[in-house]
Amino acid sequence: MIKITVDGRELEVDPTLTIIQAAAQNGIEIPHFCWHPKLTVSGNCRMCLVEIEKMPKLVISCATQVADGMVIKTKSEKVVKARNAVMEFLLINHPLDCPICDEAGECKLQDYTYKYSTGYSRFQEDKVHKPKRIELGPNIILDVERCILCSRCIRFSEEIAHQKVLTFTERGTHVVLTTFPGTQLDNPYAMNVVDICPVGALTNRDFRFKARVWEMSSTESICIGCARGCNTNVWVRNNEILRLTPRDNEEVNSSWMCDEGRVHSFKFVSSENRLNGPMIRKDGILVDVGWDEAISKVVSELHTYRKHEIAGISSPYSTNEDNYIFARFFKEVIGSKSFGFLPHTIPGADDDLLIRADKTPNSLGASLLRIPGENESSGIDHILKGISSGTIKVLYVLEDNIAADPRIAEILTNLEMLIVHSSTKNETTIRADVVLSASTFAEKYGTYTNFTGYVQRVRPAVAMIEQERAPDGMAMSRWDKFAARNDSWGKGNKRDARSSWRILAAIASAMGVKMKYASSEEVFKELVERVPAFKGLSYSKIGTHGAPIKKEFIKVSKP
Amino acid sequence: MKTYGPIIRKKDLTLLQKSYIPEILKGLRMTIGQMFKPTFTSQFPEERFKPEPSFRGRPVLVTEQGVERCVACGLCARVCPSLAIEVQAGETELMKERYPVKFEINMLRCIFCGFCEEVCPEEAIIMSNDYLLVFSSQEEALFGKERLLKSTEELKERLEFLRNHR
Repeated sequence: MIKITVDGRELEVDPTLTIIQAAAQNGIEIPHFCWHPKLTVSGNCRMCLVEIEKMPKLVISCATQVADGMVIKTKSEKVVKARNAVMEFLLINHPLDCPICDEAGECKLQDYTYKYSTGYSRFQEDKVHKPKRIELGPNIILDVERCILCSRCIRFSEEIAHQKVLTFTERGTHVVLTTFPGTQLDNPYAMNVVDICPVGALTNRDFRFKARVWEMSSTESICIGCARGCNTNVWVRNNEILRLTPRDNEEVNSSWMCDEGRVHSFKFVSSENRLNGPMIRKDGILVDVGWDEAISKVVSELHTYRKHEIAGISSPYSTNEDNYIFARFFKEVIGSKSFGFLPHTIPGADDDLLIRADKTPNSLGASLLRIPGENESSGIDHILKGISSGTIKVLYVLEDNIAADPRIAEILTNLEMLIVHSSTKNETTIRADVVLSASTFAEKYGTYTNFTGYVQRVRPAVAMIEQERAPDGMAMSRWDKFAARNDSWGKGNKRDARSSWRILAAIASAMGVKMKYASSEEVFKELVERVPAFKGLSYSKIGTHGAPIKKEFIKVSKP
Repeated sequence: MKTYGPIIRKKDLTLLQKSYIPEILKGLRMTIGQMFKPTFTSQFPEERFKPEPSFRGRPVLVTEQGVERCVACGLCARVCPSLAIEVQAGETELMKERYPVKFEINMLRCIFCGFCEEVCPEEAIIMSNDYLLVFSSQEEALFGKERLLKSTEELKERLEFLRNHR
């Protein structure tokens, strides 16, 4: 450790750090455009200039290593003047696009213009015009005029995504960002360049023009697209999810997420296919019914069959809480041990950055709760054999579209009763006799266990009929706060669905086994007490960045 | 008993004053005198008041050659103190890239402050001279694009006023 002085504050820092890193660690912000903590240093924006005593000129803090006794000034007159000049140069050719630019509101250039610029321009001539609206790849649109040539996107695609397709061409003020001829920015992590772009040059095609950033509420959640469980922010306006952005978590996803998860993992929440309330099959067709009727129907059906005729398929898509209550429900209420879950793995789909072959967010969690997976004697194979031979007459499915597999869909006709928890209409709900509409990851509290054994929380971002925004402490945008009944912008679609553990607990209570939980946190508390792998965890301990389960349990569960 | 301040004794009135007749006559004189002076009131439903260009009537959207100037930036919705405005943007092939798919002003919420006009970077939303607003239901008070769009010709006076005085 060495001693440096920044703005009169004496700091003890690691000698391998650069000035900007050392300052950031101690909460001192040095403005920067091209420097990114996860990328190599390029030092071309010149925004992070600082003054060091006994050095003749200003130096860029992102590329200067700290040295013992260094006296650094980040706010001296010389530095302020240099920053003003850098801002003025950057703004010479930057178009006044803020009203139509998606980045407005979270734009580094916009923020710094307020903070570090003089507020006027001496430039009288015409701005340089460059191409706009270029499709850089399937998901990214480039506006070259807005680009401030920081090269973050180029460095990201080379260093992190390992796809060398971006480059600068031309000279001087005519420099343009472009792809090499005949190539596209189409790697599986390409859309991260949208997040790291300090201006609105690179925009998300899926989210383009859907909302201004200040109109949305953001909720800390995770992506459920695969077993990685990348930390995300869920951005909601008018009760509809509009985009996901990655959230920093060194233990899980660094600062990135894949395009597949970003674009496709949340669309089902507000899709046309969403179920709205429970349904029962009457005279061959599924009709909407109330919760009480649906639950009493399930109870009376389960009572008419003997326990070895009933089997259950739990789900790696469901939370730990849902799976735990499901297992308890089968063991204690039905008295059967024939339940398991179907893994959904695409062999060979792993890559060395984030994407996992296991396309479910919680298969490790389900295994740790001692729910048998495939190739286990009491597990799925046993149940499927039972269904095709006719010994199993009732199947209870938790949030998994098992009938997407045609072989399973075929044998489901053997069943006398199919009860399904699902959030969307799918192949399984078409065949079901009772459909119970389940909340999605964006509508409930719960935890998922990722493949490394990191337990992470999700929080509701979308309001439901039974879950209002304000009293349930959900993130609120300005519109949510002030919407009255007669405002059209407060009338986002609210659906009728419940967390699976709540539905199961209600059925169990109706069947005579008292399961009373006020919240999913209470379920988790009980789970922690009873399942050794989760020992010592709690909702507050997991917080926003997750908490690991003990290493020895992960080895046991992995074959 | 405690008293607060001096007790004011009422003046005794004379018989003539008690009859009130002189005071009534004074009032009648004033009223009759007014009847022969020129009037200032206008006969409202038949006669319409034409506001000056500086008047802030209901906000409208300006169209130029059939296309609205608005780029759906949402600044009017952000600045609106009564949250009357809702904008939904969409992409267009035109130069301006964005346009409002939906633009709704809840005229029951609008307080005619003119902040939207002031904040607009495109001079796309301005205050008109329309002050006649009658609704028979809450839904009717939601003005969509069909009722908000006005051509530059119709809004000439206000646009000129804004050019000269802002």
